[in-house]
Amino acid sequence: MAFISTGYNPDKPMENRITDIGPKDHNEFYPPVIAKNKGKWSHHEILEPGVLVHVADSGDEVYTVRVGGARLMSTGLINEICEIADKHCDGYVRFTTRNNVEFMVDSKDKLEPLKNDLSGRKFAGGSFKFPIGGTGAGITNIVHTQGWIHCHTPATDASGTVKAAMDVLFNDFQDMRLPAQLRVSMACCLNMCGAVHCSDIAILGYHRKPPMLDHEYLDKVCEIPLAVSACPTAAIKPAKVQLANGKEVKSVDVKNERCMYCGNCYTMCPSMPLADTEGDGIVLMAGGKVSNRISDPKFSKVVVAFLPNEMPRWPSMTDTIQRMVEAYAKGANKYERLGDWADRIGWEKFFEVCELDFTHHLIDDFRQQAYMSWRQSTQFKF
Amino acid sequence: MAKHETPLLDQLESGPWPSFVSDLKAQAEKRAKNEEGIEFQIPVDVVDDLLGVVELSYKHGRTHWKHGGIVGVFGYGGGVIGRYCDQPENFPGVEAFHTMRVNQPAGKYYSTDYLKKLCDLWDFRGSGVTNMHGSTGDIILLGTTTKQLEEVFWTLTHDMGQDLGGSGSNLRTPSDCLGQSRCEYACYDTNALVYFLTNEYQDELHRPAFPYKFKFKLDGCPNCCVASIARSDMSFIGTWKDDIRIDQDAVNKYVENDPAYPANAGAHKGSKDWGPFDIEKEVLALCPTKCMKFENKKLTIDNANCTRCMHCINVMPRALKIGKETGCSILCGAKAPILDGAQMGSLLVPFVEVNPDNDYEAITEIIENIWDWWMEEGKNRERLGELIMRQGFQKLLEVTGIDPMPQHVAYPRTNPYIFWKEDEVPGGWERDVDEYRKHHRR
Repeated sequence: MAFISTGYNPDKPMENRITDIGPKDHNEFYPPVIAKNKGKWSHHEILEPGVLVHVADSGDEVYTVRVGGARLMSTGLINEICEIADKHCDGYVRFTTRNNVEFMVDSKDKLEPLKNDLSGRKFAGGSFKFPIGGTGAGITNIVHTQGWIHCHTPATDASGTVKAAMDVLFNDFQDMRLPAQLRVSMACCLNMCGAVHCSDIAILGYHRKPPMLDHEYLDKVCEIPLAVSACPTAAIKPAKVQLANGKEVKSVDVKNERCMYCGNCYTMCPSMPLADTEGDGIVLMAGGKVSNRISDPKFSKVVVAFLPNEMPRWPSMTDTIQRMVEAYAKGANKYERLGDWADRIGWEKFFEVCELDFTHHLIDDFRQQAYMSWRQSTQFKF
Repeated sequence: MAKHETPLLDQLESGPWPSFVSDLKAQAEKRAKNEEGIEFQIPVDVVDDLLGVVELSYKHGRTHWKHGGIVGVFGYGGGVIGRYCDQPENFPGVEAFHTMRVNQPAGKYYSTDYLKKLCDLWDFRGSGVTNMHGSTGDIILLGTTTKQLEEVFWTLTHDMGQDLGGSGSNLRTPSDCLGQSRCEYACYDTNALVYFLTNEYQDELHRPAFPYKFKFKLDGCPNCCVASIARSDMSFIGTWKDDIRIDQDAVNKYVENDPAYPANAGAHKGSKDWGPFDIEKEVLALCPTKCMKFENKKLTIDNANCTRCMHCINVMPRALKIGKETGCSILCGAKAPILDGAQMGSLLVPFVEVNPDNDYEAITEIIENIWDWWMEEGKNRERLGELIMRQGFQKLLEVTGIDPMPQHVAYPRTNPYIFWKEDEVPGGWERDVDEYRKHHRR
């Protein structure tokens, strides 16, 4: 493994340096039919789950086959995507915001060979490499974060919880039987790199234990004032601590009952880890959306305060998600998003039809948002 | 033969959904065989060790990645995330496993030539593992060693004309929906604007000068496919000012259930039969402002009362089109819960022109006014939304020079605790108590 240099010289880092050039120009990457008809599209239609046609004012058509993919992707798989795009799509491909891959062809007769090629490819373990679906009134790919693959603060895994959830939701990825689109999202801690807080159903990794304090190292690796000010509930204060060897060190003290385990202190101070096998797990939220369609965008609500991490397939989590999806499929009106349905029938009925327990953990007690969610009415259902 | 036993991860190979475990195993095997004779610049068994360390996390229920690790490329404060394993002796291949964020092209369109070059680079100098794409939108190259960072950056910039994205207290890589490139709903060219803003603000993207992260996201229409309203400090959402265009013949095709005119563009063509399309029930009754009528085979819209929610257009895309006087709305302050709870974007600018001919000056002026304020007043790790909460929406109006209007609120305030400025009250606040006492005994 001899080191091979590109020409970068660490002694003269500025020599021949190119910086601040930004991303590639998207105009280089448009398939010709897209470049030609940009801004002049007339309408589109979903022909079947995962297959769309967009029709331009010029009469040109572009057929898109959307396939799901694990967000974590090897170069081997990306090369295979390229091979397919070279064979069928003149060397162009795109990805969607929800980590799907879209293969586009400019005529209908190219569609079937592309579809057959995609659905025929499987991994050695038996799963599809390129399952077609993720359109319309169905479930599309779950957007997610890094989890145990790469992150230092997760309370659960991301790729694994998503694989487990998508396996049970797979029929609805390839069908469009639901009242409206249903977006499932996953974030492996409260930091929510995936911003799942406005999803129809959100899987959220959550810690339940206050941070441990590594007193011996804390002052060496942390700025104590930053750790103190990082806490949104003012649970952390500076403290002098005597170590077992009698040495007094500067550290912090945590008022445990005030902690809501956001992990923000750990982000600022590595000597305050909070991950824990039993403490960590999953929160499920439901009823959010980002679209302005019919009703305003809305936040997801916490519907299950805690589920344990059950590796490798998180059955309690997938069962609960499945129950919510089935109750929604059965109960909602056409075009009604999950949150709009829950608002219409009332959240007390939502818990009943989804067979979810309501516990005290689901009553908000965090700052002024809490009051807004309590009921100030006698209009309720038994 | 796999380097580590992975009995827990192996269970994630079954089932229909693409298995990341199968993909990683294939990648590990590919590196071990190395049929292309690549002179790998980081350990050959990096993917084997990644599988090993993740298996250990499945056993422990805890991550095995250490906190922190300040690495990067010269002159940049973002784009690289240092990552080290906390079990380096057991998994030496991932002892250092840094991420590089690569700024994705607008709309996430690619030529295969480009993708193949990127794969070659990452096989050679990295683990060959990626995220396509990260939550913010970047192409994420996962797993390399410190010594390779400058080399990867050199190849990206010199040979591929490609820059890194943002991380840390920077402008994060702006992202967009595919917009007018392939969507008839898009009210402006999201791809062009995101490309412009990304290039215009390269300095903010690469050199941390902000209190915390700052995100731009661009949606072409109120359907909000990139969720800008929920997850960006400044959200640009396409909209229009004039009337929805109606093709009455096409409306009647929908009403007549012509198969070439499926309701909701065919989005309900699944296993459930929802029955024939009913314009009364599915469009008129669901219109949030009830501003539509269908009489004598003619659809009319009271456009002055339309809030452009997109429902009718989504249901009948062949019959109804967005207006012609298009632009975008700007909303500010969305964020996930950390620190002060989740916030949705609040409407600051109901309508602004999106004009490439003057370098989008109407938009950049607003951005720069907001940044000046936030950089001056924002506390460490305070997102724009939190600063707006702390100092008030009026302050945001003041710094951007925007006049208050009813569009800014869902409803006017319910408490009368109004803060007046001294100069708004005749005579000011300084008064003479002795003069007052002449007429009012103690």
